[in-house]
Amino acid sequence: MSKTKKFVENVKEFNLVAIGVGGQGILTLAGIVAEAALKQGYDVKMSELHGLAQRGGSIPCQVRFGDKIYSSLVRTGGADLIIAMEPIEALRSAKYASPKKTVLIMDTHQIPPVSVTSLGKKYPKISDIKKELKGFFKEIIEVNATEIAKKETGKSVTSNIYILGLASVRGVLPIKREILLEAIKENVPPKYFDLNKKMFELAK
Amino acid sequence: MSMNVLVDEPGKKILLLGNMAIVRGALESGVQFASTFPGTPASEIGDTFSAIAKDAGIYFEYSVNEKVAFEAAAGAAFSGLRSVVSFKHFGLNVASDSVFPVAYVGVEGGMLVVIADDPSGWSSAQSEQDSRLYAKIAHMPMLEPTNSQECIEFVKFAFDLSEKFKIPVFIRLTTRVSHTRTLVTLGKINKGERKGKFVKDLEKYNNLPPKIIQSHEDIVKKVEDIRKVSENSELNFIVNGDVKSDLGIITSGVSFNYVIDSMAELGVKLPVLKLGITYPLPEKKVKNFIKRFKTLMIVEELEPFLEKEVQALAKDTNPKLKLLGKGTGGVEKYFPTGGEYTTDTVLKSLAKATNKKLKFDYEAHLKRFDKLNIIKRFPVFCPGCPHRATFYAVKKAAGEDTVFGGDIGCYILGIFPPFEIQDFVLSMGAGMGVTHGIKKAGMETGTKQKVIAFVGDGTFFHAGIPPLINMVYNKSNVLVIVLDNRITAMTGHQPNPDTGITGMGEPAEEIKIEDIAKACGVKYVKVVDPFNIKEMESTVKEFLAKDDVSVIVAKRKCYLLESRERRRKGIEMPQFEITKPLTEECKDCLKKYSCPAVYQDEKGKLQIDETICMSCGSCAQLCEPGTIKPKKKE
Repeated sequence: MSKTKKFVENVKEFNLVAIGVGGQGILTLAGIVAEAALKQGYDVKMSELHGLAQRGGSIPCQVRFGDKIYSSLVRTGGADLIIAMEPIEALRSAKYASPKKTVLIMDTHQIPPVSVTSLGKKYPKISDIKKELKGFFKEIIEVNATEIAKKETGKSVTSNIYILGLASVRGVLPIKREILLEAIKENVPPKYFDLNKKMFELAK
Repeated sequence: MSMNVLVDEPGKKILLLGNMAIVRGALESGVQFASTFPGTPASEIGDTFSAIAKDAGIYFEYSVNEKVAFEAAAGAAFSGLRSVVSFKHFGLNVASDSVFPVAYVGVEGGMLVVIADDPSGWSSAQSEQDSRLYAKIAHMPMLEPTNSQECIEFVKFAFDLSEKFKIPVFIRLTTRVSHTRTLVTLGKINKGERKGKFVKDLEKYNNLPPKIIQSHEDIVKKVEDIRKVSENSELNFIVNGDVKSDLGIITSGVSFNYVIDSMAELGVKLPVLKLGITYPLPEKKVKNFIKRFKTLMIVEELEPFLEKEVQALAKDTNPKLKLLGKGTGGVEKYFPTGGEYTTDTVLKSLAKATNKKLKFDYEAHLKRFDKLNIIKRFPVFCPGCPHRATFYAVKKAAGEDTVFGGDIGCYILGIFPPFEIQDFVLSMGAGMGVTHGIKKAGMETGTKQKVIAFVGDGTFFHAGIPPLINMVYNKSNVLVIVLDNRITAMTGHQPNPDTGITGMGEPAEEIKIEDIAKACGVKYVKVVDPFNIKEMESTVKEFLAKDDVSVIVAKRKCYLLESRERRRKGIEMPQFEITKPLTEECKDCLKKYSCPAVYQDEKGKLQIDETICMSCGSCAQLCEPGTIKPKKKE
């Protein structure tokens, strides 16, 4: 069903941008990918931002892995995969996208910023967002991961792991499934592992 | 992740954040004493020390400010222990008064001063400070690691250097070094076993004139001796040294990565001198390197620090050398002074310098990107944050003409819409210091502007007490509102003297801000719970009418902590709901409260998102009683 070729072997270089809103587990998601990439034998660099970003701001994390990696920053138009946990953040991430190669996985669940909730700005229509995104990406995978996580677990926090599972099952992340699962196990609290495993495996 | 730095398996490869690698390097060097005042991007250095100090058998403290943190580490180094103090760039400004004399008199145990600069100001709003310039005025060596492995190696090197020359050493990080996880190979942890004992030696420690003149000459000589180490150090190395080229590059810190990536992208190989020790500069090495080029590109973030040095050295070594850098004094402008670099920045400049075409059309792409309708996402107060309630009440109670002095902490977010309740934010404690001047300027010249200064609990202890005493003693009339959330929240919840716990995780006697205010001679002091919005409003009105300095301590624990504790104890809180239709005015009021949990549904009805609401219930006070209330259990 996917247009994208499945990764079978290690790649020379892979650029991931994970973006979302504070509290969505972006740092955890990126950290899991980075640790898994290391386990698979890649050289890895991961750039993260702390501080202000935690307070409902936009959080961009970048993971680069491959044979030998120097900078931790993904270039403009340089992403292979972008995981955006929110539609406006997907728009923001388009800076890193190239129609030649970039795949976008977007959680369609909206988190309106304060300019919408308090200052009267309108949240753009999801159909307009999709239209705008189209020219920037090679492929767009949409999913309401937050909704699915709420339905399955009663809480939205596992949406990040669901999306990771989706990236894996669609073959847009060149890391083996069992290695990702191992990294999840080592990076989430033990009592939540089963829940996260369930969400990881749920994605089809 | 903090415990990773304690893994004692030499040779093991792990991913480590730059800040954590600094701690690891210190542990491999036998460090016994660490201190800090939290500040992003340096915060995780102290937090990692705090998490492991007991297990590692070392002492760690969150000091009340950077000057005190520096002095504590200096005292430990005077007593023969290896010590490390860390803070963000602005912390060095606070500490600098003690940094210069300690460099003069020197240390016994090795002492490192780790500074994290923040190009682009990801977590900083005061200036885009380049702390390398301090090396020159303090006469202290400055090392700049590029990645986490270098963080470990440079720390080890710096401790030895510090001890050999009995001088504290700077390690300068930038955000992208501090906050990048990269692969490291672990070395062996060396547990420090020294006994701290101060040995009296007035020959060494007395710096009164005329000794100060001799000390000044001595430290200049010391720097020249260290320069010899710099000349031969592997921390300064050349890549592609055998490549024949008219163009060479000098770089340092994280910019090195951008240079290597850019060369790979453009398919060019150029000689690159990478400087790990940027002060004192290995002048002979630089001269030797630059003499064979027609053109030299200098790639460094922020100030033209290396650029000026290289320009001076080129004058007699290679007078015709064309320099590409920041565009100062005859150097061609290829790079900006403001803002951090990225691979994009370096790639474009290098393409221009080598006449190569870029594979990706950046301009067309960015033109298209700039046209997108991307709504700004201002950072907001968390659901349940007591600051929201305080600002809401103060804004209602104070008149339009009231001046609001802001300060550094989570409450800085009050500068953004919808509150816009900080008229300026300068530096730690400056809200109080400057509002005093504003008030006095008005009092002395007959204008009647009301003045309020906001300050947080951490900032109050850091730099708030002297300006408070100054206000009282000099008969000012400022209302100081201390946003006391019981912890230093913005930088990641570090304890301060208000919290009742130390950096070692031990309980300590809380120091109450209201007691300090009274002891400073403030006549009107009141502790108010921010969630009692009515009382806050009436107290603000009452105190603004006074002719003296007054203090409101808006005291309530940071709600992130509160909810974490509740979760641990298994306490369930009721969900809140809006039970009645709201008038347009009520809706507007609730929207202005800007709690992330309140949203408007498709039908225009305001709702509370149960997954976001922290059950603080403060919004219930905004409406008619009974409009917003806890849901009954089903």
